[in-house]
Amino acid sequence: MTKLREQEDFVSGHRACAGCGLALGARLAMKGVEQDSIATCATGCLEVISTPYPESSWEIPWIHSLFENSASVAAGIEAALKAKGDNETKVIAQGGDGATVDIGMRGLSGMFERGHDVTYICYDNEAYMNTGIQRSGATPLAASTTTSPPGKQSYGNENTKKDALAIAASHGVGYVASASIAYPKDVVEKVKKAAELDGPSYVQIHVPCPTGWGFKESDTIEIARLAVETALWPVYEMENGEIINIRKIKNRKPVEEYLEKQKRYKHLFKKDNGQQKIEQIQEIANRNAKTFELDK
Amino acid sequence: MVERRVMEGSHAVAHAVRCCEPDVVSAYPITPQTHIVEKISQFVADGDLKSNYMRVESEFSAMSASVGASATGARTFTATASQGLMLMSEVLYNASGLRLPIVMSVANRAMGAPINIWNDHSDSMGVRDAGWIQLYAEDNQEALDMTIQAYKIAENQDVMLPAMVCMDGFILTHTYEPVSIPKKEKVKEFLPEFDPEIKLDPENPLTLGTVGFPSDYMEIRHEQYQAMENARDIMPKVFSEYEEKFGRTQNTLTENYKTEDAEIILVSLGSIMGTIKEAVDELRENGKQVGAIKIKAFRPFPDQELIEGLQNAEAVAVLDKNITLGKKGALYTEMKDTLYSADIKPQMTNYIVGLGGRDIPRQSIKNIVQQTKDDLNNGQTREVRFVDLKEE
Repeated sequence: MTKLREQEDFVSGHRACAGCGLALGARLAMKGVEQDSIATCATGCLEVISTPYPESSWEIPWIHSLFENSASVAAGIEAALKAKGDNETKVIAQGGDGATVDIGMRGLSGMFERGHDVTYICYDNEAYMNTGIQRSGATPLAASTTTSPPGKQSYGNENTKKDALAIAASHGVGYVASASIAYPKDVVEKVKKAAELDGPSYVQIHVPCPTGWGFKESDTIEIARLAVETALWPVYEMENGEIINIRKIKNRKPVEEYLEKQKRYKHLFKKDNGQQKIEQIQEIANRNAKTFELDK
Repeated sequence: MVERRVMEGSHAVAHAVRCCEPDVVSAYPITPQTHIVEKISQFVADGDLKSNYMRVESEFSAMSASVGASATGARTFTATASQGLMLMSEVLYNASGLRLPIVMSVANRAMGAPINIWNDHSDSMGVRDAGWIQLYAEDNQEALDMTIQAYKIAENQDVMLPAMVCMDGFILTHTYEPVSIPKKEKVKEFLPEFDPEIKLDPENPLTLGTVGFPSDYMEIRHEQYQAMENARDIMPKVFSEYEEKFGRTQNTLTENYKTEDAEIILVSLGSIMGTIKEAVDELRENGKQVGAIKIKAFRPFPDQELIEGLQNAEAVAVLDKNITLGKKGALYTEMKDTLYSADIKPQMTNYIVGLGGRDIPRQSIKNIVQQTKDDLNNGQTREVRFVDLKEE
């Protein structure tokens, strides 16, 4: 196995919850950026856990401005570096799923379209965790959040997860990849590829949240792996709009195995007709498997 | 030799920007600001300005990109108006809190609804608490001069706050006037290269924009407050230095016009000052003791200068091109605050003028003076009057 770079740019001592998938995702992502870099970060868990004034977990120059402008601030940094003749320093923009697929989409789209040399990393924990687990555009079907609770007339979140990777690819972004913290080396390698590309790139890392999803702190990696093994989180990479690599699944698991381990889906196993929702989720997995030819 | 040419205000500002050589310009079009960023893009296209010119997708990103660029140690320029300024407003507070000396032109325009592209000051007055230095230009020359001065003030180590140079939309931006354009070399002597101590630099990694807990937030805000107070002291010095070099502008945050023996003083800001000065001249010819005070800097607010300027006035007419609903015009309310701590207590009236581009002829100014005089004679006044409002 390839040895990971020893240097840590996101160091311990931060205030993440035990078993936080995001903290692991950020640590791995930073290991992929080997050149000198400057990072931006949207408002959210990552910013809050890592920079309680006057402390910081960041060994690289880092800036947080607002919730929805991580990509735009990064674009400005890149423009400033270019203006000063620095074509070497890499700019890394970071945001959670809400900051990326919801409130920050305009700025992200502009950054892609203008072709800035920025690597955007979306840490996807499928809801607004920092504010207390509210639904985002990346929340999957039927997941319970504090703004999409199950009830007499509800099975949790009504919508399916927004496909931000397809949106990135449709901008002509040179490198687009999904990754999961269940496969650490894959995360590092994808971010490395993204950072080495001259131009915009996008990596969305699936980072399970024990607090928000309701599972044991020791199970983060297992949950992350089940999302991949059930085909609910397809792991692949695209270059110039073409899929070039897919993580194949041997013996794809039924979605129940993933859902039953999380409190956010608990209602599906208790409510009348909950099984119908589970079947709908299984259909989503089947469709993913077909689209990305996931089955080995 | 100073080059003197006839041009519209937008182009005068663009020339100022060309002379200041920002590393990054982020631009998004909005009427009546657009000619500024168009002209700058032409300078870049012709190689007359070596800025990295970003054509961003919204004003929100125009200001966000400015934040990123400025934090990286780049001199930064952008421009906007009205709705665009509001779309930026969240980022405005951030730019100030992060202590980034971004300079921005605001081509003042009314706020919708109803949508209206013409001039008033509702936009910049609406963000007066965002922590930006605010300068208001009377004419195109001043818009040019203030743009250069704004960089020098904002980038001062004891200030490090963003600055907006407000100029009246259409009235200045689209109107041709003779303007002296300084030589770039001379501006460079006046304005050294921007090289901030704190910036995003891989050689010296720093974390910017951290979470400020209740234990520290207040101290950080207080430092920002102090920085704005520092600007109050630094601005006259910058104005003086500019005057020495380019032979223009007074060194004060206000400009007193025939106030010494004035019984009635009109106070306002922006292009309306030209009309006010002409009205004052005409009234003086008829023996009326009238004067005017122009507010050049609204933030920091020139309290001491106003107290001194109004020392002998019996009545003050404050002309506001904005209205704070539920209160009065922004300038008026601030002036009342200023005068509460002074020994003087002139009669004060707030005249709301020119909202949404309504013309303000000289006669209207004269009517205001007459009204103020009548109030003085009657010994009573109505505090707020909308000027030239159509009768039902």
